[in-house]
Amino acid sequence: MTNIIHINTPLSDAVVEELKIGDKVKISGTLYTARDAAHKRLVNLIDQGKELPFDIKNQIIYYVGPSPAPPGKPIGSCGPTTSYRMDKYAPLLLSLGLKATIGKGGRSGEVVEAMKKYKAVYFVATGGAAALLAQSVKKMEIVAYEDLGTEAIRKLEVENFPAIVANDIYGNDLYKDGIFQYAVSIQCNS
Amino acid sequence: MVTPIRINASEISETVSRLCMDANFNLGSDVINALDIAHEKEVSPIAKEILSELLENAKIARKNKMPLCQDTGVAVVFVEMGQNVEIIGGCLRDAINAGVRKGYKEGFLRKSIVADPLTRVNTNDNTPAIIHTEFVPENHLKITFMAKGGGCENMSKIVMLTPADGKEGLIHFVVETVARAMANPCPPIIVGVGIGGTFDYAALLAKKSLLRPVGTENKNPGTAQLEKELLGKINNLGIGAQGLGGRITALAVHVESHPCHIASLPVAVNIDCHSHRVKTAILGTE
Repeated sequence: MTNIIHINTPLSDAVVEELKIGDKVKISGTLYTARDAAHKRLVNLIDQGKELPFDIKNQIIYYVGPSPAPPGKPIGSCGPTTSYRMDKYAPLLLSLGLKATIGKGGRSGEVVEAMKKYKAVYFVATGGAAALLAQSVKKMEIVAYEDLGTEAIRKLEVENFPAIVANDIYGNDLYKDGIFQYAVSIQCNS
Repeated sequence: MVTPIRINASEISETVSRLCMDANFNLGSDVINALDIAHEKEVSPIAKEILSELLENAKIARKNKMPLCQDTGVAVVFVEMGQNVEIIGGCLRDAINAGVRKGYKEGFLRKSIVADPLTRVNTNDNTPAIIHTEFVPENHLKITFMAKGGGCENMSKIVMLTPADGKEGLIHFVVETVARAMANPCPPIIVGVGIGGTFDYAALLAKKSLLRPVGTENKNPGTAQLEKELLGKINNLGIGAQGLGGRITALAVHVESHPCHIASLPVAVNIDCHSHRVKTAILGTE
């Protein structure tokens, strides 16, 4: 079993250079949330040459639309959403210095290439472990697009948020390696 | 003259509201049991750890009354309405939607429905529910609530095969659908398969098959055998929990079939994630 690597945000090149697929990490610091609708707006702003509602350089975007915070809690359940829907937008954000994304499910070839080019990584958090992941979130504030409800951009302060490195800056892909290892070919199917 | 069974619309709303919260907070014992078995059988260390996280998540959700998953789903409601049941003080559809509205608000559940698929403005109360109503001979009103996640729904597929494609074509399509879905539907999944009927009915059958308790098989031995065969092939894909590689990709495969046209072989695959949230209540019985 691999050791757990503790990392803090913002992420430097030196930190992401050390990360390899399969590494288990615990992230502390700031995560910005954005999913489908927020990404569309962010990319529109970039297209218009306008400033983004937060500085994404060296930051992490977490693909999540949390459930509402019950009284006394900073956030509701908050597991990752499926990442491929953000693949269309990710290379542009990575080119602006975004250092990592957190989600679930594999990324497109274009995103994997962009991560290699701009030295960024992709973490996966356990999809559906949303009540468990909420325990790592200590503070939450809305940064932009409150009208989008759960899809608004939020700033989360997290402590020891658990994730696994699925794509490193060297072009490796944990999804491909992992499935290859456990697939049973039709020939030896008993 | 048969005396009608009168059920108040407000009782329906209260029941639906309770089911919304119960389903989202309390993972069914059938699913927990299936996850336990998967955890025991899994050989991949990463997948094994993910499965134990999911079991831990279910405990936290139950204890803290927190949703198992932040995607608390589209509210899919199946109603079995007895022929002699009369709803008073409102109509069935409005009563169900009022229940969803209340349950999602009071349970701090996420509102995930947009009013129009293209302009995409959130309705902010998770309505309207998707409602399937069936009339039955029994003197009851049975309400089954399902919180259906978007990630797994997106990986579902339907095909109109030809009779010549047969069982082989069907197996190929189902396994291929799961293989292409990879990690996206949040494995370990439950695979619902609807065979026959018409284009629309096959999809409904696939969804209905998901309502059966996980771990139970189809009553028809031939269909039960097909479920087994599909489960074996799907688990040989190596996708594993969360798609990071492993032996358990699906907890179960449920198949339901129906007569169909001589020219057709409709096949629908409706995938549900491990956060399989289905709860039932029966009204009208003393």
